[in-house]
Amino acid sequence: MIDARGLARTFTGRHGTVEAVRGVDLSVAPGEIVGFLGPNGAGKTTTLRMLTTLLAPTAGTATVAGRDLRADPAGVRRRIGVVAQGGGTDPSVPAGEELDLQARLYGVPDRAARIADLCGRLDLDGLGARPSGSLSGGQRRRLDIALGLVHRPPLLFLDEPTTGLDPHSRGNLWDHIRAMRDGDGTTVFLTTHYLDEADALCDRLLIIDRGLIVAEGTPAELKRRVAGDVVVLELAGSAASGAGTAGDRAGEGAGAVREALSRHPAVREAAVSGRVVRLTVEDGEKALTGLIRALDGAGVELASLSLSRPTLDDVFLAVTGRSLRDPTGPAPADRPARPPSGPASPGPVSSGPSSVSAA
Amino acid sequence: MSLARTASDTRLIFLRCLRQTLRSKVAIVFGALQPLLYLVLFGPLLKDLVKVRGFGAGDAWQSFVPGVLIQLTLFGAGFVGFGLIGDLRSGVLERLRVTPVSRTALLLGRVLRDTAVVGAQAVLLVGIGLALGLRAPAGGVAVGLVFVVSLAVSVASLSYVLALRTRSEDAFAPLLSAVTLPLLLLSGILLPMSLAPGWLDVLSRLTPFRYVVDAARAAFRGDYATAAVAEGALVTAVLLVVSVTLGARRFRAEHT
Repeated sequence: MIDARGLARTFTGRHGTVEAVRGVDLSVAPGEIVGFLGPNGAGKTTTLRMLTTLLAPTAGTATVAGRDLRADPAGVRRRIGVVAQGGGTDPSVPAGEELDLQARLYGVPDRAARIADLCGRLDLDGLGARPSGSLSGGQRRRLDIALGLVHRPPLLFLDEPTTGLDPHSRGNLWDHIRAMRDGDGTTVFLTTHYLDEADALCDRLLIIDRGLIVAEGTPAELKRRVAGDVVVLELAGSAASGAGTAGDRAGEGAGAVREALSRHPAVREAAVSGRVVRLTVEDGEKALTGLIRALDGAGVELASLSLSRPTLDDVFLAVTGRSLRDPTGPAPADRPARPPSGPASPGPVSSGPSSVSAA
Repeated sequence: MSLARTASDTRLIFLRCLRQTLRSKVAIVFGALQPLLYLVLFGPLLKDLVKVRGFGAGDAWQSFVPGVLIQLTLFGAGFVGFGLIGDLRSGVLERLRVTPVSRTALLLGRVLRDTAVVGAQAVLLVGIGLALGLRAPAGGVAVGLVFVVSLAVSVASLSYVLALRTRSEDAFAPLLSAVTLPLLLLSGILLPMSLAPGWLDVLSRLTPFRYVVDAARAAFRGDYATAAVAEGALVTAVLLVVSVTLGARRFRAEHT
């Protein structure tokens, strides 16, 4: 549905030349919901604007919805729907008029029926006469999506579709987006700042950073690749003893744990601090029973045990060096150069498996 | 992009814009009031000026009404860029630009609406003028309105070019004033340029509106076959072609 090779865009301005996008390769298959993530300034918007014909690439090629982006932008426009981040409705114009104009511009046959059908499916019934400015945030977002879908495009671009919506409206919009894909086979290419959204809604993710795609895969694949699951063990010990003795005992206990787990195939790394042992393991849920059995066999007593799985934010942090939750982040120049999935330096986010280091 | 496509898209955009104007009650009331204010609050001052040296032939209304018509056009069509900046901000323009709509139609549809509004105001102004004592041949009035309509297309197109260049009201407003004020003063709309000292007259002849105002005044006096009308027609035609070309090119270019 989308096939881009070396897509690049350079802006020449007063302050010199900026390579906003440095050569993006990406493929999107029909019927996929693909999430496009990246820190601010990574080239996300520029890439989206190129793919939707609003900006001409300075290099590279792309086929979008079966048409060549550079040779036939008009053909691309006829086959894609685009919903911009801030929407595209005039607050004073009734929703019905916006939909009617949009359908006429695309030459949609049997306009009234198509619009009625869309309004029914997107819960917009009875709102046609209302100026879009008087609609609720969720209603206006669904109107934006209806405008993008009026001509039944096989490919829909959604830029930050749920930004600014309350949790209920977000969930509701996710359902609509899934229904579009499941019902009509619409391919969806969306950008988002919400990692839970990417996780819950997208079949596949593309992460862009500094103008290049730095990671891609299903949310589960990315998490597996970047960081294993983390098992945290707290060893049982007597709190009544003096500090020195407790430390010695904890040391002995930790040694026993190491001994017991060093041969376990699932364990990638083990870090000990005091009575707490952090293990990075593959496939944590499955490995857990084996780990407990091994510890039991070694006579190690546990006070507690917990398993945490990596989040997309860990993935994001590992591949871009920035947390998506933190909109400012460290400036690119200050960012520590860090290979993805290598031993992590103490990063800006202290929690989460990606910042666990081997002792 | 075929011509038929451009024409039908222009019609769609024109109707959308026209509905927007008609929806705004403020726009309608003030749009209609404006010509009236010009004539009632400024016209009477000119009664005695006819006797002043250099005011030219014809009575005060014959000189004043064409001038006000051009001023109405300059300001009415000059300000339309604000509406486009609104559409830029709300995302409407970008939404339309990702549809297959003809880019030229995005310009022409708007410009036609603006021209229709200015045209309606101009007719109203001439009507009120007639009621207040303007006497002019019907043919002259018709020629004057043709000037108004052509000029409205040009000025509106240029206003959109400026709006797309500046992209914000804060930058657009001062630039607009900086352009329109000297054009207004040098056009001889307020007072005839024949009163001007030599250097000012020369300066005035370097601006297009001077010729259009002179031509419209000549037409209102019934002096059709004059150099003034011919020059005005030529300047208006050149301005029209240049402005629409610039506008169409600006709308076809990508907006970064």
